[in-house]
Amino acid sequence: MISLRGRALSATLDRPLTRELWRLVSDKIPGPDEAVIGSGGGTLNVVRSGGDAGPNTVVLPPHLDHLDGGDIIAVSPDGRRIEVLWRARSRHNSLLLTERCDNYCLMCSQPPKERDDSRLLRRASALVRMLPPTAHELGFTGGEPTLYGSGLVSLLRTATQCLPDTEFHLLSNGRRFADPGFTAEYASVRNPRLMVGIPLFGAEPSLHDYVVQARGAFDETVSGILALAQHRQRIEIRVVLQKNTAPAIVEIAGFIARNLPFVEKVALMGLEMTGLARANLAEVWTDPYEYRNELAEAALLLRHAGIRTDIYNHQLCVLPRRVWPLAVRSISDWKNEYLSACMSCSVQEACGGLFASSAKHRHSDHIAAIPHPTPRAREAISSAQPQDMVMPAPP
Amino acid sequence: MRQRLTLETAPGPLEHLPFRFERWTDGRVLVTNMVGEHVFLSEAEFSALADLRIADPALLRTLRAKHVVRQRGETLPVELLALKYRTQHHRLADFTGLHMFVVTLRCEHSCGYCQVSRRTVARTEFDMSAETAVAAVETAFRSPSPHLKFEFQGGEPLLNMEIVRLVTQEAQRRNRDEGRQLAFVIASNLALLDDEVLDFADEHDVYFSTSLDGPQDLHNGNRPRPGRDSWERTIAGVTRIRKRLGHHRVSALMTTTAASLGKVRDIIDCYLEQGFHDIFLRPVSPYGFALRPRQRRAYDMAAWIDFYREGMDYILELNARGTPVVETYSALVLKKMLTNANPGYVDLTSPAGIGIAALLYNYDGAVYASDEGRMLAENGDMTFRLGDLAEDSYDTLMTGAALLDPLEESYTGSAPQCSDCAFERWCGADPVFHHATTGDPVGRKPESAFCNRNMAVFRYLLDRYTADPHARELFHAWAAR
Ligand code: SF4
Ligand code: SF4
Repeated sequence: MISLRGRALSATLDRPLTRELWRLVSDKIPGPDEAVIGSGGGTLNVVRSGGDAGPNTVVLPPHLDHLDGGDIIAVSPDGRRIEVLWRARSRHNSLLLTERCDNYCLMCSQPPKERDDSRLLRRASALVRMLPPTAHELGFTGGEPTLYGSGLVSLLRTATQCLPDTEFHLLSNGRRFADPGFTAEYASVRNPRLMVGIPLFGAEPSLHDYVVQARGAFDETVSGILALAQHRQRIEIRVVLQKNTAPAIVEIAGFIARNLPFVEKVALMGLEMTGLARANLAEVWTDPYEYRNELAEAALLLRHAGIRTDIYNHQLCVLPRRVWPLAVRSISDWKNEYLSACMSCSVQEACGGLFASSAKHRHSDHIAAIPHPTPRAREAISSAQPQDMVMPAPP
Repeated sequence: MRQRLTLETAPGPLEHLPFRFERWTDGRVLVTNMVGEHVFLSEAEFSALADLRIADPALLRTLRAKHVVRQRGETLPVELLALKYRTQHHRLADFTGLHMFVVTLRCEHSCGYCQVSRRTVARTEFDMSAETAVAAVETAFRSPSPHLKFEFQGGEPLLNMEIVRLVTQEAQRRNRDEGRQLAFVIASNLALLDDEVLDFADEHDVYFSTSLDGPQDLHNGNRPRPGRDSWERTIAGVTRIRKRLGHHRVSALMTTTAASLGKVRDIIDCYLEQGFHDIFLRPVSPYGFALRPRQRRAYDMAAWIDFYREGMDYILELNARGTPVVETYSALVLKKMLTNANPGYVDLTSPAGIGIAALLYNYDGAVYASDEGRMLAENGDMTFRLGDLAEDSYDTLMTGAALLDPLEESYTGSAPQCSDCAFERWCGADPVFHHATTGDPVGRKPESAFCNRNMAVFRYLLDRYTADPHARELFHAWAAR
């Protein structure tokens, strides 16, 4: 597993670093915010774990040896702590904007911490200015980024100006959008490549509020989604399947199809065994094999409502074949693992495998090699026309 | 440590949102909310709902999710209901989209169930004049609808192609400034189809709709013409259209006659053999010649309901075996049942579709609220004659009592029985049918064949939807069409 932060093996610096973010370059004269990876000669030099520690050089720990030209790292003033913020070769980079959150989801992979970390927002703003215009996609996550209010909107505006061709994905619990003033401000960024992903864990308040551990959250989240729709913003709904939501998945899908059919996309996601999910294992774990038929019914119901629907983090062997075309091989290259059963599996190539955390901590008891593959052409599931709701004009 | 919320955290006091219900013979109770979302409850669950003493948390969640109950003071459920209700009705503002032109009463067929008092081929005084045609196009364009569909019927419209051409060209000329979406359909038995007609259809994007009652002997028995070759000519026409213009340019409609009863599988097989994957299991209409009592084709609605059920069983079986077939009427009902979209089908809307969804321009310049309204007039009943193109403007046609009174009286939201009916959101108002059969635009629903038929369809579809996951998935696919 490739890690994104670590301590340097050694650091020799003339004086403490005054800038935090460095773009790594290997084959050109470094600019003021660029560090040379490999040989020396720059203001800051970065060498892989086996290399020589020259002057102004940070030696990477072995698990960060994958760093290369184009990657962007944050380095502490003493050169000791390194954090990877941008991996040039990855198509899915995302930035943590805060660890604060007004929800406290039972299976949160990034458990909220209540402390001022607004430096993360400032750092993101600096990073966005350093990215190449060819950057394909950038995600903003939390915590709850909308807690910054106008601060978040400024970041989005900067990002839109610096990176006109990049796809942006904001992950939010959606509650802040219930405030019409904030939603209008967010919409004023006017970036057609910006989408907000909002988790929904129930079709009515009691289940959703329980899963996110916040009373009143459902009403605010759904009102937020409606307000975003009034402003014609792009919305994705994310449903994590766990012990409480899985039995309600068809009801949740039906609710989305009937009440929120204007959303662009729904992601049905398997549980990631990190953070609170591990602490609350008994309350959240359920074997995907148990809910596979309901998951398939929910996914197809959404598809028939004209909503693009993807299934994430579910192994093909625990999914009914008729929804294989909707399964996305989403787990990024460096997070997935396979079990011994997978070695003789005919669809291993197409299967996402398991999150490393799942492989280690908890996974379905029904992982079993598929002896014969079935074609998984996406077109096999016909898609319906998107439906719209007749919305009143925004206030 | 944070205070943990539990799943069973008791909600505040509950209250009902508007709902309606219908008991099933097996003890279940169908509950529908004010926009037609449904849920089946057991008798005990239904009592709990009625008394608002809902102990089962899963049941409470479902009833809140389906907007049947809310916690007192909650506003979101009402907001969402309003959105859905508004969406279901938004087509109303568009007004009339379908404009039917009876370009001639002449026909060379003499079908027993024909809705038109056909005239023999030689009598051209039953043709629409150019003046009438142009006035009708003018009226059609007065409708604010962004989509205008021009449907040519008769008689046999191919017997008056001159007017079909004139209307099409006139509409396209007018549309150069207006930029609306136009569609043209010729409803024809195709017996007289020739290259000239096909050239015209090709050039102007015209579609064809034809009658196909099923296998050869059944169809020819229903649809006599000199030579008894209606089926052969229809099939030949379908083949020619598909070859020349593409498969999708012709659709077929069937009418269930007494002779069709018991033959529904053969009829469906015939459609499949002919490459039609949509079939509309349509009861015979009670108008025109078909309204004549004691005629040999008469049958009662109960017989049609058996016919429909058997046909649907077969259609579901075919789909399960991998042969896609859609029953068009069920698909329209399912769209209303499972989505907020209103397909705008004239017989399944309320306010009724007469006038505001469809207008009919007769060959002689008379304007009717529907095809059936014209049929009544042919038999001397002028109730649904809205006016005359030579005398009336769009405004007087659309605001006269002949249209507004039956619209208002038949509205299912207030009509006796309909307003309390659990199926109301999926159903429609048919004031012309009820006027024709009872002399009153509302009618008495327990005796109404329209109501009996729809109730049977709703019940059949719901039973299959709840009992059979395969049917459920298929029904969602149909609703999405
Ligand atoms: S056996 Fe492994 S590779 Fe095959 S479907 Fe299951 S998880 Fe995927
Ligand atoms: S016609 Fe019958 S089924 Fe339709 S709404 Fe009225 S009572 Fe109900």
